[in-house]
Amino acid sequence: MAEVQRRKERLDRGIKVRAESIYAVSSWEEAAYLLAPRIILVLGLLLAPLLVQSPYWKRVVTVVCVYGLLGLSFDFLAHFVGLVSLGGALATGVGGYASALANKALGLPVFLSIPLASLAGGVVCTVLLLPCLPLRGVYFAIVTLMYPLVLSRLVEAFNILGGTDGIPGVQGFGGPWAESYIIISALLLCLFGLRRLVNEDLGLILRGVKDNDQAVKASGISVTRYKAIAVFIASTLGCLAGAYLAHLYMWAGLSLFALDFSILPIAATVIGGGGTLVGAVVGSMILIPLSELLREFGTLRIAFYALVLMGFIVVRSEGLMVWAQRKYHQFERWVQI
Amino acid sequence: MEIIVYGIVNSVSLALMALGFTLVYGISRLPNFAHGAFYILAGYLAWVGIRSLNMGYIVSVLLTIFVVGILGMAMYRFFLIRVRGMPISEIIASYAMGLFILEALRWKGLKGMTFTLPVIYPGTIFLFDVPVDYQRLLVVAIGAGIVAGLWLFTKFTRLGLALRGIAQDEQAAMMLGIDSDAMATVATGLGSALAAVAAIVLLPLGNIVVEAGYQVLIFAVAVCIVGGLGSWAGAILASFIIGFAQILTVSYMQSHFQVVVALLAIILTLIAKPSGLFGRQKQLEERV
Repeated sequence: MAEVQRRKERLDRGIKVRAESIYAVSSWEEAAYLLAPRIILVLGLLLAPLLVQSPYWKRVVTVVCVYGLLGLSFDFLAHFVGLVSLGGALATGVGGYASALANKALGLPVFLSIPLASLAGGVVCTVLLLPCLPLRGVYFAIVTLMYPLVLSRLVEAFNILGGTDGIPGVQGFGGPWAESYIIISALLLCLFGLRRLVNEDLGLILRGVKDNDQAVKASGISVTRYKAIAVFIASTLGCLAGAYLAHLYMWAGLSLFALDFSILPIAATVIGGGGTLVGAVVGSMILIPLSELLREFGTLRIAFYALVLMGFIVVRSEGLMVWAQRKYHQFERWVQI
Repeated sequence: MEIIVYGIVNSVSLALMALGFTLVYGISRLPNFAHGAFYILAGYLAWVGIRSLNMGYIVSVLLTIFVVGILGMAMYRFFLIRVRGMPISEIIASYAMGLFILEALRWKGLKGMTFTLPVIYPGTIFLFDVPVDYQRLLVVAIGAGIVAGLWLFTKFTRLGLALRGIAQDEQAAMMLGIDSDAMATVATGLGSALAAVAAIVLLPLGNIVVEAGYQVLIFAVAVCIVGGLGSWAGAILASFIIGFAQILTVSYMQSHFQVVVALLAIILTLIAKPSGLFGRQKQLEERV
């Protein structure tokens, strides 16, 4: 008996096609179709600190945003430049220490020390990673994995920057509202900024580097230079997160180089959907509160993330946001072949 | 003299750690980031066999090597096979696997000084006036034995030749009827078993701690990069270079710098000779 063979056909919704061009402004429907997901995200993030009552969960919201930033940085490097960095903690560590130093040694206030530390930290990370930029895939991944370990060893061995005690007494934000909204606005700015950036000429070149760097080289464009720019952008985001953390905990120490800052953003990106940028944020919105609920299990949490990560990458490697975007933009039907 | 003796011991230990990783990557282009986790898992399993189940040394060691090998095969067969050919996913998936094993072991209480494997033959001997315990000599002997065994295996057995065929030209090998996936399964199993052997030989020199799992992975990759991929001679030479460099730093500086040496070796190699010591042009294209 011949089995009836079917395949799933996906077609763009009419409203998506209309909303892509100038007709987006033709009616409220199209405009709403375009704006609804963005508004939900922005409003959701802005209202989150208002909706949760306890200071503990307010803190969780800020941590979600921190990991969202780190996830953005990972997603940008991995899916738009093709550099898989397993060492996100390098940027958080450098940024955190830089901000703590700027605050303690130079006496700069918070709103100066964080941006300064982000930029300076971005430069430092880029310089550190410069020799590894010609590397691809596995090699880049493992070398970046080593960096946070090595840096924390160096801090320990030379007993610099406060050694194992870290740098205490970093200035705080002075209130939960400033704490929450600084990081939320930073996250939203970076998210929409990066989304715009990857569609500019720079983003085009970076994707060229990812897909076929020989062709980019043949076009007379320096691959290493653009990789360095991308690493600078990504590590600036990471350093921003690290600098924020140093001020949030009023302390910069070796725990800023912890494995968490490398692994969680990757897990968040994989769950949320790589290559969408917003997926990293959505992923951390799911993972971090979940991990807070699992806090009593101690170190088993990391094992749990690893399990979720494995499950997603093997069974649903596209991630939630890619799936959601498909459902939103397209309808599906079965057709007979 | 002390530096030479301990340098050799350290180099062979590094080679032991790295062989499994090099093997898997060399044959099936699969970066097995769970390598360090298998190493620690093997140590733990052997400990359970000897201390908790009282199975005797030989039985539990053999059983451990076997079980870890099977686990490696299973990891490829049921898990990594689904992300084969997507480098990003391969790295993340195998790293997640390793992370899961390591952190689950940590949760089981694998920390501190309580977990040690027995040495095979206790005692110390004086070699050129340098005290060396028998276990360290055994490391060198077993390391040399494994290298020789692998060399014979890949030159003279059908399976070994098939593995080399896949490593050299996957498509030509497939045309000759060699199943790429089956070979990758075998390679992962073999690589994990090698990690287990390394663990059983090396772990009696210290404690079984989770952190060592990450270090083993790092050293393995350092050796791999410095030596050039898939090249046995390169891997062994690289482990000697890194091994001696480490011993020199430990004796003239602090032991904190061991990992730093590995990273420096990688960076210097990449700047000076990106394809590694024994790498060929084809590999250069893949890496850089």
